[in-house]
Amino acid sequence: MVSRRQFIKNTGKASFALWLGATSNGFANAAFITDAPSNFTPFVKIEKNGKITIFNTKPEMGQGTFQSVPALIAEELEVSLDAITIVQTSGEKQFGGGQAAGGSSSIRGNYDAYRKIGAAAKEMLVKAASVKWGIGIESCYAENGSVHSKLSKEHLSYGDLIEEASKLEVPKEPKLKNKSDFKIIGKSIQRPDVPLKVSGKAEYGIDVEVPNMVYATVFRSPVIGGTLKSFDADATLKIPGVIKVVEAKTTVGKYQYSGVAVIAKSYWAALQGRKVLKVEWDTNGYENFNLSDYENKLRNLSKEAGVLDKNIGNVESVKTEPGNSVESFYETPMVAHHTLEPMNCIAHVNGEMLTIWTSTQVPSAITGSGPNDLHSQIGMKPENITLHSKFIGGGFGRRLYTDYVIEAVNIAKQIEQPVKVIWSREDTTQHSAVRPMTFSQLKGGFSKEGELISFQHKVISPSYFDSVGPNFDKTKVDAIMIEGIGEQAYQIPNIKTSYVYADFHVPVAAWRSVTSSTVAFAHECFIDELAHKVKKDPLDFRLQMLDKDSDTKRVLLKLKEVSNWDKPLPKGKGRGVAQWEFFAGLCAHVVEVSVTKDNTIKIDKVYAVIDLGEVVNPDNVKNQIEGSIVMALTAAIKTGITIENGKIKQSNFHDNPMIRMHETPEIEVHILADGGKIKGVGEPGLPPFAPALANAIFSISGKRIKKMPFDLKLS
Amino acid sequence: MAIINLKINSKDYSIDVDPQMPLLWAIRDFVGLKGTKYGCGIAQCGACTVHLNGQPVRSCSLPVAAVANKNITTIEGLSDDNSHPIQKAWIEEQVPQCGYCQSGQIMAAAALLSKNASPNDADIDAAMQGHICRCGTYPRIKRAIKKASENKP
Ligand code: FES
Ligand code: FES
Repeated sequence: MVSRRQFIKNTGKASFALWLGATSNGFANAAFITDAPSNFTPFVKIEKNGKITIFNTKPEMGQGTFQSVPALIAEELEVSLDAITIVQTSGEKQFGGGQAAGGSSSIRGNYDAYRKIGAAAKEMLVKAASVKWGIGIESCYAENGSVHSKLSKEHLSYGDLIEEASKLEVPKEPKLKNKSDFKIIGKSIQRPDVPLKVSGKAEYGIDVEVPNMVYATVFRSPVIGGTLKSFDADATLKIPGVIKVVEAKTTVGKYQYSGVAVIAKSYWAALQGRKVLKVEWDTNGYENFNLSDYENKLRNLSKEAGVLDKNIGNVESVKTEPGNSVESFYETPMVAHHTLEPMNCIAHVNGEMLTIWTSTQVPSAITGSGPNDLHSQIGMKPENITLHSKFIGGGFGRRLYTDYVIEAVNIAKQIEQPVKVIWSREDTTQHSAVRPMTFSQLKGGFSKEGELISFQHKVISPSYFDSVGPNFDKTKVDAIMIEGIGEQAYQIPNIKTSYVYADFHVPVAAWRSVTSSTVAFAHECFIDELAHKVKKDPLDFRLQMLDKDSDTKRVLLKLKEVSNWDKPLPKGKGRGVAQWEFFAGLCAHVVEVSVTKDNTIKIDKVYAVIDLGEVVNPDNVKNQIEGSIVMALTAAIKTGITIENGKIKQSNFHDNPMIRMHETPEIEVHILADGGKIKGVGEPGLPPFAPALANAIFSISGKRIKKMPFDLKLS
Repeated sequence: MAIINLKINSKDYSIDVDPQMPLLWAIRDFVGLKGTKYGCGIAQCGACTVHLNGQPVRSCSLPVAAVANKNITTIEGLSDDNSHPIQKAWIEEQVPQCGYCQSGQIMAAAALLSKNASPNDADIDAAMQGHICRCGTYPRIKRAIKKASENKP
């Protein structure tokens, strides 16, 4: 890794500042005065007047990166969050390919790297002061944006030190602060985006208005996979305000779709025009597709061996006595992301130049700053694309995909003005890639002594990689679809996990916590079945398989304590437990339930323990876990997405309902942050919830739930 | 098309629109106040909530002609500086995640408190049931409403 010292001096420029950041080949720090070269990613800018700007490359979608990323830098730099200006980057080339939020990765992927940037800047400023004062470094310290002398009352603001600091070598391994000295990290400091979101001033993609802008709505094939045959826009063009009707192409993964865009002076006029638009589609036989048939196909496919994923020990050689084994089959649905801000994008094509305003999880993918092919899909050069990245009214994985951007650009190419394309709620529900369903076949075998000696989990599902790319190798395991099932900490001597590919013509997407949101339900409910088979307490059964120290073990022990698991519940109450560790992190829940007079399950309380290693803002983590549980509850008990006659049946919140306030249980969140592997926040709260709830329902009713969504009404 | 006179946050606006167009789009795209959000368009999510003569209404489902000359308040009219007790409580409780639903939630909560100074859990549930927060900030919304009711003189 190169750690070069490089100065481009131009003190006459207004932008005279000390920039600190990373070179393109890693987090080797580098400092520049004024314009940084293109292979340099600045994270901090300190100006002569003392103004400190921290650049945040992780889009804010409610997960808190607008604060948590700058917090890491500010902590080490010794500046308070109130004293900095946070700039959200918009996919600019200089900020590189990392301008994206997904996989709960913003903090866990950069915890030390961001801190080192702040620490390096601080070291240089302290050294600069010591040189100026002619005293030793050990006699200087940084606090609140200034360097102070321990020998006198003297102090110099960072702005007064940048010139001197820029002459210094950037430290390669700056000393990081001790945890006990943290002033920002680990503290529940109010988030800077909250006042904007409470006053209505936060600007989301859908709120942007640019001069001369027109609006568009797109009529897409109601049958998924249908292609555009022809359209008749005569009636549409007579609607006051309608300007033009054009074909609108887009791409999602390996799929290409065509719709018809009605462009008008207002969104309302566009919608009126769309109502009278006549379109003929070629439905290509997809009109005969029914989800129920497909589910049967998945059930049949479970008889196939599939492709082997993990093979620990030798499951086949394990001989279990009759009666000592358990077999089960679990089913989960497709679900929609339902970000509350529907899809939307403004695009303006001006000759070779393209400007985009939108809410996206992947700014660098849109501008071509990272490895991606958006520009080739829209036939634009990356250097000609400018993005204005806005607050995101919900991501959950939906805004990792750029179909709504590509579509807007293709419409914009056919009109001179900038065009704002708004997807209605119905459009967003029926024309977005969905979380795929997974079906799971599980087998477990006990020794004569009642010890679990073999465990098998086979996932049958459509393939994520087959949907997003053209060259999926069906003889290989789709690692996304079996995510987490081979990585649980349980020490079982013989484990086999496998995957059966099922062909599908519907585009599928990552949904908050990805496949863990479905496979964990099967996996952890089955563990519960196994515990009951040998008449063991489900939490103790899990702990007994966690002999060695592990994060999972620590989480379960903590959960046992905080949920008062060892204290018997009053009569009429039941509880269930589940945990899940996967790429994003680790969380476990205990759900307490009771049965109401009308024989319905009531969720009394949820206890959550999330293991993070380190925590930046505990209150924000709690907010995330509360929200994860609400979202997981919707996925567990509310209708998913179904397809009839080739069309998605659900359209809006009346037939695809979400959990509301009166259905929200009491939630108590505990955070483990005692060092160790740094884990994510945004997703881990989801996967263990549905199984913990289903296990609780079993504990009180004896009813074993094996299919999501499930009814809280007991039959 | 017709000229419609709107009174929003005590200001008068005159717009030339389809009288059937929902108030939501008049507020957002013709008056230019973007704090009021579109979430569903069918009175299911509450993101578009504004006050009509002090009552919370779904602006996505009200033809603009029906509210001509009536007193409409949007999130922008609640206060200039987040000083409304509900907004203060929202900040204290750090309610928002993505924030997209919050204008509507805040307008509903403000209307509730103006009618009922100390709502109990059931009152809050009833008043807020029409509002979806996909990010799931319900526990905090409830806490913030209670806090605001306690903070009220
Ligand atoms: S947008 Fe009006 S209730 Fe949803
Ligand atoms: S905060 Fe995101 S929808 Fe409520």
